[in-house]
Amino acid sequence: MNHRKLSLRKLTGLTGPFIGLILVILIFSLMPEISGRFLSPANIKNVATQSVIVALCALGMTLIIVSGGIDLSAASNLALSCVLVAYAINKGIPPLLAALVGIAAGGTIGFLNGFLITRLRMVPFIVTLGMMGIARGLAKWIANNQKIDAPLSWLNDLMLRSPKPSWLLVSPGIWMMLLFSLVMAILLRKTVFGRHAQAVGSNELTARLCGVRTDRVKVLVYTISGLLCGLAGVMEFSRLTVGDPTVAIGLELDIIAAVVIGGGSLSGGEGSVLGTLVGVFIMSFLRNGCTMMGWPNYFQEIIIGIIIITAVTLDRLRHRQE
Amino acid sequence: MQEKPILNLERISKSFGGHRVLDEVNFDLRPGEVHALLGENGAGKSTLIKILSGALKPDGGGMFISGEEYRPESPLDGRRRGMAVIYQERTVAPHLSVEENIMLGQEMAKFGLVDRKAGREKIRQVLKFLCHPEIAPEIPVRNLSVSARQVVEIARALVSQARILVMDEPTSSLSREDTGRLFEIIRKLRQEGVGIIYVSHFLEEVLEIADRFTVLRDGRVVGQGLVSGTSVDELIQLMIGRRLSDLYPRRPRQSGEIILRSQSVLSSRMAQPISLEVRRGEILGVAGLVGAGRTEFLRALFGLDRLEKGLLVVSGREFKPFHPSISIQAGLGFLSEDRQTEGLALRMSLADNLTLSRLHSYRRHRLFNSRLQRKVVSEWIDRFSIKARSPEQKVWTLSGGNQQKVALARLLHQSAEVFLLDEPTKGIDVMSKAQIYELIDRLAAENKAVIFVSSYFPELLGVADRIAVFHRGKLVEVRPVSGWTEAALMRAAITGKTGDESVEENRVEPPQA
Repeated sequence: MNHRKLSLRKLTGLTGPFIGLILVILIFSLMPEISGRFLSPANIKNVATQSVIVALCALGMTLIIVSGGIDLSAASNLALSCVLVAYAINKGIPPLLAALVGIAAGGTIGFLNGFLITRLRMVPFIVTLGMMGIARGLAKWIANNQKIDAPLSWLNDLMLRSPKPSWLLVSPGIWMMLLFSLVMAILLRKTVFGRHAQAVGSNELTARLCGVRTDRVKVLVYTISGLLCGLAGVMEFSRLTVGDPTVAIGLELDIIAAVVIGGGSLSGGEGSVLGTLVGVFIMSFLRNGCTMMGWPNYFQEIIIGIIIITAVTLDRLRHRQE
Repeated sequence: MQEKPILNLERISKSFGGHRVLDEVNFDLRPGEVHALLGENGAGKSTLIKILSGALKPDGGGMFISGEEYRPESPLDGRRRGMAVIYQERTVAPHLSVEENIMLGQEMAKFGLVDRKAGREKIRQVLKFLCHPEIAPEIPVRNLSVSARQVVEIARALVSQARILVMDEPTSSLSREDTGRLFEIIRKLRQEGVGIIYVSHFLEEVLEIADRFTVLRDGRVVGQGLVSGTSVDELIQLMIGRRLSDLYPRRPRQSGEIILRSQSVLSSRMAQPISLEVRRGEILGVAGLVGAGRTEFLRALFGLDRLEKGLLVVSGREFKPFHPSISIQAGLGFLSEDRQTEGLALRMSLADNLTLSRLHSYRRHRLFNSRLQRKVVSEWIDRFSIKARSPEQKVWTLSGGNQQKVALARLLHQSAEVFLLDEPTKGIDVMSKAQIYELIDRLAAENKAVIFVSSYFPELLGVADRIAVFHRGKLVEVRPVSGWTEAALMRAAITGKTGDESVEENRVEPPQA
């Protein structure tokens, strides 16, 4: 009895998502139809590049979920940034500045989320649900309800599968994803701010009692997450080469799913960058594998749904045993 | 009382991972009897209750209800056999109505539909029987007071025809008046022949309500007998296994200069502005009934409620407590009365809970050094003799007394000079209580100041230098402890008047031991 408990806990701890990822990779690499191609460097690069956008948003979402919140406006925020970058480049603004405009817009939306949540004492779900519509609407308004074409620039090289200076080995987007993962992991585990964010998520009353400026922490959390969504928007523009206001519809749910699969708890206080990245990659490899196998889209959706429920069930089992 | 027992436990044993939590426990309960189950936290009471309820299965021994073997498969099964447990943490759903809460899981059905009318009638009867006809079945439970919620739980047990009622710390969150009313209910149930197992840390109450007692220590029955032939001291001695020579230590100490002065402090939740002061090396007791505004006053001092008026002078520095961070910086430390939902983040580690109010001190080169945190916390665990496996252990796995020590250690860790303690001994075992009195006494001896709010007046008389009494949001009077008796405190707390005759009446020295 005791022994079984122990192994189950091991299975569902941080290693749980890892086992899931390994299983997904193993299953597809054993499929005879694609076994040669699935684990080829080219395909892995492909999957990694496809993960960049979700991963950047999911890093911010991890911070938010650890602090006990949720952000439904992440994908709309990304789309707004994507449109703004194209718009700015079209107006003759240099690409670097245009990218900064997109990131700043993301940060502003995030700040507004945090400001409204703390000032109006409203639940994050409602505030960000409203912001989801507002940001998406703004994006469509700015883009006049169509795609904005923009002249090609070096911004469009960020997401290339074979990077422009070939010594980079992988696209700048992947490097950025890795860099920001490291930064977020340090922020979350190795700074007083990260610890405070976790305390707010675990028990806001206690955090306040201990002198944590809970409102400030929350505003900062949403702002940081917004900045990352803005950056993801720049990456989206880089990939699409146009500003598309209808891009990433529904992506916020994938982002939240990645965090949850990686061990994040929607009641706050729990979640890790490593877990989230694994969650992102589980979904990317699944999509990629299903596509290569020629399986229909709905098949992927069903599998991902099952994985989310399984991940959360295992997580709850683990908690009950502690 | 010579009736056949309604419940018999014979040599019940239970182990968790090699640790024997219950060791051949014998216990019996007669109909119409209140049998107190006593013991420190960790003595095995909770495990025994869980076994009774059906939530745990014993490793050995047998249970019998009215002579028939009782082997519950689940709490639901136990309830069907007439066993109802009322847990310390309330198990009512705040959003449902009184009726829905009572009928939850035992809806009366007629042709497959919930028969509300029959249910409602029954509930009215039961609530009337419990002397609470004013609780209407329709109102949502969240609108009820803590004591009324408890009545709802008892009603639930009665509707399910329970013959055995287990009450786990039923008075820990009740005021004295409500406790009195609960005792009325218990006496009525006793007349109806219900057997009641009464678990409590409040020994005075046990003496008042129970017929017999059983004391558990380290999973064994160490004493059993009639309540009428025992005393609080004897029970405590049985519980902790040694003579309690001095529950309230008093080291020599001297009050120094005023360290905290509250000047007409008024928060959004207080009825009247309050001015009070406390000196270095002094313990100021604050007495009153639940709801007298003592908690609100402490919260205002600490910046937890919105401040409307007034200011604080701490160590000569004036400030307005707008946020706990300001108060902490000024040297205040606050212990919340609600350990479970506010005082501690139960799902976080012991280390994080203990250090949360001063995490900055673990910053090295701008990064948080968790190894240093663990090292320092290990020292605090030793210093406070907190029973824990490691600093990483989640706080909710600790016993109530050890949780309270973590919460108190936090205040010392943040180097507080003035300690605002709201009911620091609520719901914890006698040993931990003694350790907390000892700690409070040491704080005063070390020239710190303590404001000690309590509804248990003997401990105030035992520990404090001066006692202030609150009544309906007003400060009635402050006197040195020698000017108070328990009766005088009670009179001031209930009536809001001090009339000096109360002191002359029966002036006695405060208890020293």
